[in-house]
Amino acid sequence: MHIPDGFLSTPVWAVMDAAAAPAVGYVVRKAQRGFDDAKVPLLGVMGAFVFAAQMINFPVGVGTSGHLVGGALLACMLGPAAASVVMCAILAIQALVFQDGGILALGANVFNMAIAGVLAGYLPYHLWGRGRGRRAAIFAGGTLSLLTSAMLALAELMISGVRMPGPVLGVSLALFVVSALVEGAITVAVVAALERIQPGVLRAPSAGRSPAFAALALVAILLAAGGVVFASTAPDGIERLAMQTGIASHARTLIATPLKDYQASWLGSGWPAQAAAGIAGLGLVYGACLMIGRKR
Amino acid sequence: MHHVTLDQWSRGGSALHRRDPRAKIATLIGFLVVLGTAHRDLAWLGAALFAILLAGLWSARLPLGPALARAGAVLPFTAVFAGISWLAGDPARGAALVMKSYLSALAVLLVVSTTPLPLLLRGMEMTGAPRFLLMVAQFLYRYLFVISEEAQHMRKAAAARGATVQGMAGNSARFKAAAGALAVLFARSYARAEDIHRAMLSRGFPGYFRPLSAPQFGRADSLFVTFLVISLIVIRIFIEKVA
Amino acid sequence: MPPLILVNQLRYRYDDGTVALNGVDFRLEAGETVALLGENGSGKTTFALHLNGLLTGDGSVEVCGIAVNARNAAIVRRKIGLVFQDSESQLFMPTVLEDVAFGPLNQGLSPSKAAEVALTALEQVGMADVAGKAPYHLSAGQKKRVAIAGILATNPEILVLDEPTTFLDPPGQRALAGLLAGLPQAKILITHDIPFARATCTRAVFFRRGMIQQEGSVEEVTARQGWEFRPRRAE
Repeated sequence: MHIPDGFLSTPVWAVMDAAAAPAVGYVVRKAQRGFDDAKVPLLGVMGAFVFAAQMINFPVGVGTSGHLVGGALLACMLGPAAASVVMCAILAIQALVFQDGGILALGANVFNMAIAGVLAGYLPYHLWGRGRGRRAAIFAGGTLSLLTSAMLALAELMISGVRMPGPVLGVSLALFVVSALVEGAITVAVVAALERIQPGVLRAPSAGRSPAFAALALVAILLAAGGVVFASTAPDGIERLAMQTGIASHARTLIATPLKDYQASWLGSGWPAQAAAGIAGLGLVYGACLMIGRKR
Repeated sequence: MHHVTLDQWSRGGSALHRRDPRAKIATLIGFLVVLGTAHRDLAWLGAALFAILLAGLWSARLPLGPALARAGAVLPFTAVFAGISWLAGDPARGAALVMKSYLSALAVLLVVSTTPLPLLLRGMEMTGAPRFLLMVAQFLYRYLFVISEEAQHMRKAAAARGATVQGMAGNSARFKAAAGALAVLFARSYARAEDIHRAMLSRGFPGYFRPLSAPQFGRADSLFVTFLVISLIVIRIFIEKVA
Repeated sequence: MPPLILVNQLRYRYDDGTVALNGVDFRLEAGETVALLGENGSGKTTFALHLNGLLTGDGSVEVCGIAVNARNAAIVRRKIGLVFQDSESQLFMPTVLEDVAFGPLNQGLSPSKAAEVALTALEQVGMADVAGKAPYHLSAGQKKRVAIAGILATNPEILVLDEPTTFLDPPGQRALAGLLAGLPQAKILITHDIPFARATCTRAVFFRRGMIQQEGSVEEVTARQGWEFRPRRAE
């Protein structure tokens, strides 16, 4: 679910870009630290693999088919940070070369799929990946990964004001659940097949199970679930929030003063207010992300 | 194949091809923001921006029809949401979605088809994107063709063994076969990555990449960015004031 | 003059327990071109990977009088150039010129000097006209030539080529043999291509189960191993 440009309202894409930027910086640093220099070709080729994997169809029901998305599989094989980097590279190439997903919306897509999706996909494996419930954990990871990404995307679209009448929302949620289950099934089937041809290929979850990681992943999942609920109860939520907190009116005077002549036409569109709200949100999220990045 | 055509287009020699990748990235962002934040008089603004993009395509000597068709790759996704908006009684929003997403895609296409991807990544690196990530993207792009071809072969081989037979009965077997194929593709890709790393070490790879050439940001490039971004903003203000 | 390569009782076992090399003794003199023959899995490629320290086993390997170990790997890799079997993995940079310049840049040359060296190497193999192309768009023969240029650009004293004629058509194989004959470096060619070996090599060694079973001229070795390919005559 790659969101193209033009779908997200300014505060939404601005906040998502601001959230994604430090998060990407963080996973890059972590991925670079964990491995030797063999990582660049390995992660690049793994990205190409995920791309190519989309050509291999998995039969689902009669006449329909699905394909691997890959976030959870990569997280189990390479670890979450490296998997995030691979997914980021994939999304960037998709946006640039294949016009699949927008550029301003890249932050949102990266956050949904490469950050939150990978974290959520790795969480079950992180918690239960050692014991007998490993297969179930991998299955749950694939499912959770896709579900989290899709819910976040849905929430962002709704907050941006894209109309979702009740029945449509219900159908899309059902579709998400089905494709998420398919992703789980594909992930677990590929891992099983891989272990048959190359025993011991799977990375065991890292020894020091950091509670911070689990917390982050949980936040991502809750954000996804909460986002949809919030968006469906409060359409135009962000805009109203901005008005209520007064950020918008402050920003309005700030921006409008030097441009008095244009005031009427500028303010009529309301975009300075939105942009300002976006920038304010941007600062907050950026600070939060930096703090999280620092701590570890 | 889509990316092969794009790769060939990007190696042209027009003035737009010669601009520094950073200049094109900055202008692209300017374009996208001007378009993305607009809410009023979208028809006029869209027409003006479309004219600018057409002028860009023309000056880069790109084939107009194929380029316009390629940017249409966003339309299926967009059409679904436009349809939903229309059904929900908001056809204007539906039309806006189609217009904005198509023009944005066309703008990205114009930049990517006048800048070879490795140069574009280099430009992004110079504007502060993490180098490690961009090198990963570069390798991804390099081996995209190669691994996709392998997947293509495997699909043909599976088809030759009768994997296309439809019906519920064979579904579980075909599911397993597809998983097996992906596992083999994964293992091969992993082995290829090891080969590549060996080839790199053999030629003295010190753990970081040294670039062969750095693009030069000249006066023409600053003029290009300044002129275009200001024009875009002026056009939008003008349209919103007059229309 | 000391030998360019001197290998003594080299042994190597892969992580899964497979014994790949079981006591190899080998020596390469300046000006020689040696064919490494032997079945798939007999240890030829594993042996080549030891020559520049990509793998390290028990026993000793010396290249140009320098012991090959983790500490000396960087120096040794300047002396010996490996051309791998799969050109696609060997040519990893976006364009031909960038790929050929990769080695010189790593040796610390300035970008402009590295580009110059790379172009010279491309001219040497007759590939200067594809310098700006992406490797993916080249034919198999062109890729192999560019891969060789990438090694020549690092100015090595020894060339090791792993199955260089795979994927090449007969004219391509002939052209490659001509190209190699014109290069002054000592060469090791891992190959299954007997006519090619006969045309290019002064000597052959035959690997079996991780050991060198036989040495001699290409004719002697292939005849003794029954590797000559002859149509069966009606009795």
